[in-house]
Amino acid sequence: MAKTYVSTTINGESSEFLCETQQTLLDVLRDVVGLTGSKEGCASGDCGACSVILDGRLVCSCLVLGVEAEGKTVTTIEGIANGEKLHPVQQKFLEHAALQCGFCTPGLIVATKALLDENPNPTETEARYWLAGNLCRCTGYDKVIRAVMDAAAELRGETVG
Amino acid sequence: MNYVDSGLKVVGTRPIRPDGADKVTGRAVFAADTRAPGMLWGKVLRSPHAHARIVSIDTSKAEALKGVLAVVTAADFPDIRSEEAFVGEGPMNFRDLALNCMARDKVLYEGHALGAVAASTQEIADQALALIDVTYEVLPHVIDVEAAMAPDAPILHDDMFTGGVDPKPTKPSNVAKVVTFKKGDIEAGFKEAEVIVEGTYTTQPVHQAYIEPHACLATYAPDGQIQIHSSSQGHFMVRAYTAKLLGVNLSDIRVNPAEIGGGFGGKTLVYLEPLAVMLSKKSGRTVKMQMTREDVFRASGPTSGAWMEVKIGAMKDGTIVAAKQVLKYQAGAFAGSPIGPGCMCGFAMYDLPNVHVVGYDVVSNRPKVAAYRAPGAPITSFAVESLMDDLALKLGIDPLTLREKNAAKNGTKTHYGPTHQNIGFTAVLAAVKSHPHWKTPLKEGQGRGLAAGFWFNIGGESSASVHVNEDGSVTAATGSPDIGGSRASIGMMVAEVLGVPATTVRTIVADTASIGFTHVTGGSRVTFATGMAATQAAEKVVEDLKRRAAQKWDIPVEAVEWKDGAAYPAGSNAGAFEPLDLATLALKAARTGGPLIAEVSLNAQGAGPGFGAHICDVTVDKETGHVTIDRYTAIQDVGKAIHPSYVEGQIQGGAAQGIGWALNEEYIYNAKGQMENPGFLDYRVPVASDVPMIEAVLVEVPNPRHPFGARGVGEVPIVPPMAAIANAIRGATGVRLPDLPMSPPKVRAALDARK
Amino acid sequence: MSSLSYAAPTSVDDAVKLLAGSSGLAKVLSGGTDLLVQLRSGRLKPELIVDTKKIPGIIGIREENGGFVIGAATPGAVVEAHAGMTAAWPGLVEALDLIGSTQVQGRCSLAGNLCNASPAADSVPALFAAGAIAVVVGAKGRREVPVEQIPTGPGRTSLTKDEFILEFKLPPRPARSSDAYLRFIPRTEMDIAVVGCGISLMLDEKGVCTAARVALGAVAPTVLLVQAAADVLVGHTLDADTLAKLDAAAQAAAKPISDKRGTVEYRTKIAGVLARRVAAIAFDRAQGIKNGKVH
Repeated sequence: MAKTYVSTTINGESSEFLCETQQTLLDVLRDVVGLTGSKEGCASGDCGACSVILDGRLVCSCLVLGVEAEGKTVTTIEGIANGEKLHPVQQKFLEHAALQCGFCTPGLIVATKALLDENPNPTETEARYWLAGNLCRCTGYDKVIRAVMDAAAELRGETVG
Repeated sequence: MNYVDSGLKVVGTRPIRPDGADKVTGRAVFAADTRAPGMLWGKVLRSPHAHARIVSIDTSKAEALKGVLAVVTAADFPDIRSEEAFVGEGPMNFRDLALNCMARDKVLYEGHALGAVAASTQEIADQALALIDVTYEVLPHVIDVEAAMAPDAPILHDDMFTGGVDPKPTKPSNVAKVVTFKKGDIEAGFKEAEVIVEGTYTTQPVHQAYIEPHACLATYAPDGQIQIHSSSQGHFMVRAYTAKLLGVNLSDIRVNPAEIGGGFGGKTLVYLEPLAVMLSKKSGRTVKMQMTREDVFRASGPTSGAWMEVKIGAMKDGTIVAAKQVLKYQAGAFAGSPIGPGCMCGFAMYDLPNVHVVGYDVVSNRPKVAAYRAPGAPITSFAVESLMDDLALKLGIDPLTLREKNAAKNGTKTHYGPTHQNIGFTAVLAAVKSHPHWKTPLKEGQGRGLAAGFWFNIGGESSASVHVNEDGSVTAATGSPDIGGSRASIGMMVAEVLGVPATTVRTIVADTASIGFTHVTGGSRVTFATGMAATQAAEKVVEDLKRRAAQKWDIPVEAVEWKDGAAYPAGSNAGAFEPLDLATLALKAARTGGPLIAEVSLNAQGAGPGFGAHICDVTVDKETGHVTIDRYTAIQDVGKAIHPSYVEGQIQGGAAQGIGWALNEEYIYNAKGQMENPGFLDYRVPVASDVPMIEAVLVEVPNPRHPFGARGVGEVPIVPPMAAIANAIRGATGVRLPDLPMSPPKVRAALDARK
Repeated sequence: MSSLSYAAPTSVDDAVKLLAGSSGLAKVLSGGTDLLVQLRSGRLKPELIVDTKKIPGIIGIREENGGFVIGAATPGAVVEAHAGMTAAWPGLVEALDLIGSTQVQGRCSLAGNLCNASPAADSVPALFAAGAIAVVVGAKGRREVPVEQIPTGPGRTSLTKDEFILEFKLPPRPARSSDAYLRFIPRTEMDIAVVGCGISLMLDEKGVCTAARVALGAVAPTVLLVQAAADVLVGHTLDADTLAKLDAAAQAAAKPISDKRGTVEYRTKIAGVLARRVAAIAFDRAQGIKNGKVH
């Protein structure tokens, strides 16, 4: 079958591409559109390194077909910062040293943003369970969770600066 | 120069890492993120059989497929004769490495590579693999270490005659070598002992499970120049190994270090690079390769599984007088398990008069093992630290007191030769004693476990250069890939020496053509060895700066001091000159002698060993056997924490890997020797909800052989967790679990057996 | 060039025509969290993917005749956010919430989970216990099927090639009725259930059980409705004797295999453990007492 023409919105901008049916949204983002921030860690939905937000919902882009993005809005890691101004989640990850190799970091940041969009005041347990689909092998999750809780507090206006 | 006692302004603080913005925005470029025009996709054909002879390979149909531009098999690679070379954290036999990258004559494990293709799309490459016709003669296989040692076991290598045995055997076996370490008189020791405990333990193979699969791009130009872009723990290692396997000159290969998404030892060797280069040579195009997650599990080195027997004899007051251990480690398909370090580390924490350790390096039909964070030590310490706990119980002595009583100190001679100097084990134990966790009362049903750990840490060859740019900002370049934040700590050491803020220094990782030879990022060596090189390079720059200031002031260079980023006359006698700061001197560099640059290459000696002790509280669901980690404290002597956040991060990460190793991670095989769980669904690494906050306590006993007192920190933290958790489970239930992982069915079965 | 086609029909009739008319294998795509994994592993090699998500009503929850009707392709996260569902069917909601990860729940559907027909599917025991009805559409029109008649074996359903599920109907919830679901997994998240148990029940004013449905997952080729376990509960309160009998009935019904996720012996024991724990939660909830983990 010939490739499908898909028209979608990625990080607030119109995007059009051609893709084959079996190409996942992750394949398309990385190899067709050129947004390599979302990573392939397993291609089976078990690691979360490919996390994106699709029509406001956190998903694994390796579990969505490229053709399913038609008419939808996609937010990737590349769309989290506001130009050169980092999002508070990104800033807190840096301040708390919540990354070492950085490979799982895009997925974790997108997942954290989705968490705080839905629940601005998560408990530590709620944050851990929400992020259970984002594997990290370097940090042991300690500083990640601290960064998430601190970012949540900042977004609620509870911290200074 | 030694900065240990001086007032430090940068080292010890927590600046934002220089590569941080790229990593939180998705801009950081890992190997698989790179594309090249006209690039081809390379894929690997892997054996479905655990052990088989390759009768024939017919690649003609694959080659004829439209879109396929190259196919390679072992016939395309030089046939390497056996040659030993020590690179990385264990001896590397290049013949074995070559055969591991591309099988010749025999496949030795499910997943063993025996061919590769390059095609214009991934789909065509997959179709091409299916068109390669291989005739196998399937052979009996063996997985388990004890089964591989049995007299009737299927033999993997006809030329494997056990080393370390006298007389040398005449029949091949699966035992590559036997190693022995002795101290004192073990028989006399056990005769003297008033209490003796013993145990038998097993562990399963576990994988480093980095989230980034292996990936690389390779380009072979018509003039034989090769460019490789790859995620590895050592681009000089990639260059060396690829050159060796392909039979080319080192200077014809340039390796660019991509960002690396985790390694933990598993990326200190090559799998894809030689294949990608050969495919590029045959096709005339750049070739990109990345492993699938399944391939990572099936075909890249996990660490050994093992069988161990430990026996300890002590006096009633807790003084240990005899310690014996037999270890059998799986090496995978080729010799080279970490049996040596395994034999050395188990008892290295203690001052023991009589020791006898025997270790066996055993091959079996599984992927060749690769280094995994303190290779060999976590396995042996699981056994020894579990038995120490049993000994404490039998003696009626607190487990911490037992360790304090027998702790290695400065001047303790180890059973493998060296004498401990400037170590911090007693300081670590004292920190356990005074930590609130140790004193917190346990809740109903909870158990607490303590275990200690040790790792040598290595030094080795590193190169670093420091350039002062014309505006006074500084670039530091090293040859060490950054896995855990080393660009930050290296930049901080350079900034400290130069007396400037951390943000003035930008640290990069330079490619193999742009910086001197540097050994792998492994062995917990980068902050120590590369940090040492960078510090010395910065010191050379400071000497140069002082010389130029002296020249300008027309005073002897001894009369100039460098402080807070500027040259000052040393004392009022030298003259009343205004200080010259870095930017001022840099602006005038051309007229005062040329660019302000220094590069240092060294072979760092004096790496200080690390000691740790972990405290773990667990609750056990006695009906399901599920273990919950309620509280975890990891205490470690880190020498000097250059950037404390990243030191804590190493400790927390290593502890979490140990928790997974203890509770759920293992390779599961079916009767055909095929891995049943090559994915993150059933290879169960800890997720965020599986672990609590991990408190990392940094004890600083400076290593006097490093300018800032640094010790390696990355590997020690994975050594104690398994025994700490096993001891906690025993505390909670009264049951000793000697087999890893301590998964719920095993815990439940042990509880049922006790009734 | 790949021969895999994709279609996103906007009506039931169009979808049925595509499925019925496909010469090769055609697969329905709802959330895709099973299908895409199977495509990539090569386990399934379809020629046509029929994405049903554009069919009106197939995503969404509405009330009808006092009960809820859930569109077959409704993502789990949507069901979990529905206050009415969470109040009336906390067990079904928590079962759905356990599938995969947060990311998976953003896509996965009750229909996908049911029709993938894994014996270990998390939402299925709760769906069976709830007594849900599947509204199946196909070339012969519409039919209503009790959900327990849909899976027939691992990876197999009773649906014909032209059929798919449009929606699920849940019965009205009388007073003092509730449900609960627990699974046992080695970690705290992300694992396939080693054993799963869903119980839905109703109590009278004295707390005596008047109706019950008990389902076990991952202990047989399909999820099991265990009548014998339900019989233990009906007419009794959850006293020690009832709990012991419930445990025994669950263990007796379990016919698991040993695989990489659990042994026969272990799964059998855990079936009993979970049945007791789930019943306790369901009894509490039916009496208005909050119980059970919420995450």
